[in-house]
Amino acid sequence: MRWFSFRRLRALLKKEVIQMRRDRITFAMMIGVPLMQLVLFGFAINNDPKSLPAALVAPTQDRYSRAIVTALELTGYYRFDHITPSAAEAEALIERGAISFVVTIPSDFDRRVDRGDNPQILIEADATDPAVASGAISTLGQVASEALLHESGKDALAEEQTRSQLEVIVHRRYNPDGITQYNIVPGLLGVILQMTMVMMTSMALTREVERGTMENLLAMPATGLEIMCGKILPYLAVGAFQVFLVLGAAKALFGVPFVGSLSLLLFGVFIFVLALVLLGYTISTAARTQMQAMQLTFFFFLPSLLLSGFMFPYRGMPGWAQVLGEFFPLTHFLRMIRAVMLKGADLTNVSGPMAAMAVFVLAYALLALTRFRRTLD
Amino acid sequence: MTEGPAIRVEGLVKRFGGRTVVDHVSMTVARGQITGFLGPNGSGKTTMIRVMCGLLTADEGTGMVLGYRLGRDTRRIKREIGYMTQRFSLYEDMTIRENLAFVAGLYGLRPLRRVVDETLEGLGLTSRQHQLSGTLSGGWKQRMALAACVMHKPKLLLLDEPTAGVDPKARRDFWEEIHHLAAGGMTVLVSTHYMDEAERCHFVNYISYGRLVASGTVEEVIAHAGLTTFLIEGPMDKVAEAERQLRGMPGVDETAPFGTSLHVVGRDAGALKTSVRQVAAETGTRMSATETSLEDAFIRFMNQSQDNMA
Repeated sequence: MRWFSFRRLRALLKKEVIQMRRDRITFAMMIGVPLMQLVLFGFAINNDPKSLPAALVAPTQDRYSRAIVTALELTGYYRFDHITPSAAEAEALIERGAISFVVTIPSDFDRRVDRGDNPQILIEADATDPAVASGAISTLGQVASEALLHESGKDALAEEQTRSQLEVIVHRRYNPDGITQYNIVPGLLGVILQMTMVMMTSMALTREVERGTMENLLAMPATGLEIMCGKILPYLAVGAFQVFLVLGAAKALFGVPFVGSLSLLLFGVFIFVLALVLLGYTISTAARTQMQAMQLTFFFFLPSLLLSGFMFPYRGMPGWAQVLGEFFPLTHFLRMIRAVMLKGADLTNVSGPMAAMAVFVLAYALLALTRFRRTLD
Repeated sequence: MTEGPAIRVEGLVKRFGGRTVVDHVSMTVARGQITGFLGPNGSGKTTMIRVMCGLLTADEGTGMVLGYRLGRDTRRIKREIGYMTQRFSLYEDMTIRENLAFVAGLYGLRPLRRVVDETLEGLGLTSRQHQLSGTLSGGWKQRMALAACVMHKPKLLLLDEPTAGVDPKARRDFWEEIHHLAAGGMTVLVSTHYMDEAERCHFVNYISYGRLVASGTVEEVIAHAGLTTFLIEGPMDKVAEAERQLRGMPGVDETAPFGTSLHVVGRDAGALKTSVRQVAAETGTRMSATETSLEDAFIRFMNQSQDNMA
């Protein structure tokens, strides 16, 4: 016998191709995943987010402040969605995460400019994700002074003087030192939970089917709801263990501040984990083999990592990608945990993400229960 | 509940894709009897059993199992029947005790501990109760699976080829247990393709290509086939020559070698006798009349339905 025969190799290759073709999901993944990655990475991801929502707090609408606002908008970084005289309202908006910046122009701004008396503007940035604000902040000083200079009609000789006059005060809220870990570590809790919870539960039914124990299970008097609960509840306990592990490490190893309510956070985490195990269980009603279950899990895992705002700023993505991002529980979890841990948000401030996660719980549970077959048909 | 038959199905049809696996089958299974469900591989036995225990929904036809409507009272049916799958379907990564406790728990048996203890004792597995069930031999797995599905004392027991891959001694013990259960009032429907097992049943149903071909007691089924059988004996090469010659001769429907002898089966007794006598004389073998066996009858049924399919 020769040590290598092309005829034998051809038989092996033929068999492999036949089996690949039979496994439709795997085949779709091989085509779909690279394409998806390319589109997502290529179009959706942007590390220098533009057009960030901002609020302008300007009690008086004088020509100088209008000039500064226009100039800021022209940079492309700022989009003034909210113009309000109330600092409290702006504070609520930034805490809820509805805006990334609050630009405050004091009421005596125009008088100070005219008098040449050291005018100030205050920019508060939501620095929970330091990457989001950095570009916008870096352009700020120059743009504002140039606008002011132009508006006040002073000549070029006075430029230097004016620039030194305008004082831009920047507050990096919630994360004054711009520490990336503050943003990443809470998010990691979501990513770790998603990875383990979905993967483990996605095997739940497929394992029974593969091992042939499903037939026996179905022949016995257990209802679909009972089987589902029996499959997912143990993983809730595993999830609880992971939560305490990661939160403990966040505090001990990374010194991530925790300013919010622990019980509110745990409530949010609970809803999230429930959504995840139900999603995994739904996958397991669809996959025929454990291999397929694993692939479907990754098919879900990858875009949720890229589009949720974990790896790349959510606001940096184009509109369609943001809409897509809303369909991942992780997106809402990140909003919730960053708001509660770093901003000390209360329930009213995170009711949006909480409600969204609850919707996922309901949707997945319904989907799983309707997909679950009590028969072998 | 009315004391009708344990199972009565009428006009049952089950299709998978475009393939009709069960084709208008009507049959009854009387209470307290052991009914054999026979047929070659792929004849639709497993599908029928799965329909009858609610694991598959029939495309056409109606059925009553233990007085409950098939397709409507599925949960009631599941509670009152025991179903032993063809393939071992308990958890191999759990111990014998854990498996039994799981099953007992699903049926809500109490006191759970005692039920499991008694079942283990009845099985003679008390000393091995903490062994993983995956490490058991085929025969023991089968006994354990049977114990698991009769623990809740079902009124009807459905067994799908329970003795496939089990040694003769274990098979005999298994059938003893089945008869013991039936004597206690349990109705048993057991599928098999072993003829010796069929002969242990009170009643047999023969299904081929999804159609019910014959049913009755073993004697009735043989008589129904209307066959005459002759035995040809002699030296091996002579018997082989006789078989070659007999094929296609008038009256000869089947020939089947049994060791050094040959069964020659046919529906037309006169023509068969003439042919066999002629061949026996030519080849120098002995001929004698013999009783038609169940196997002869079934092979006849099988070929007959094959002809009908073509």
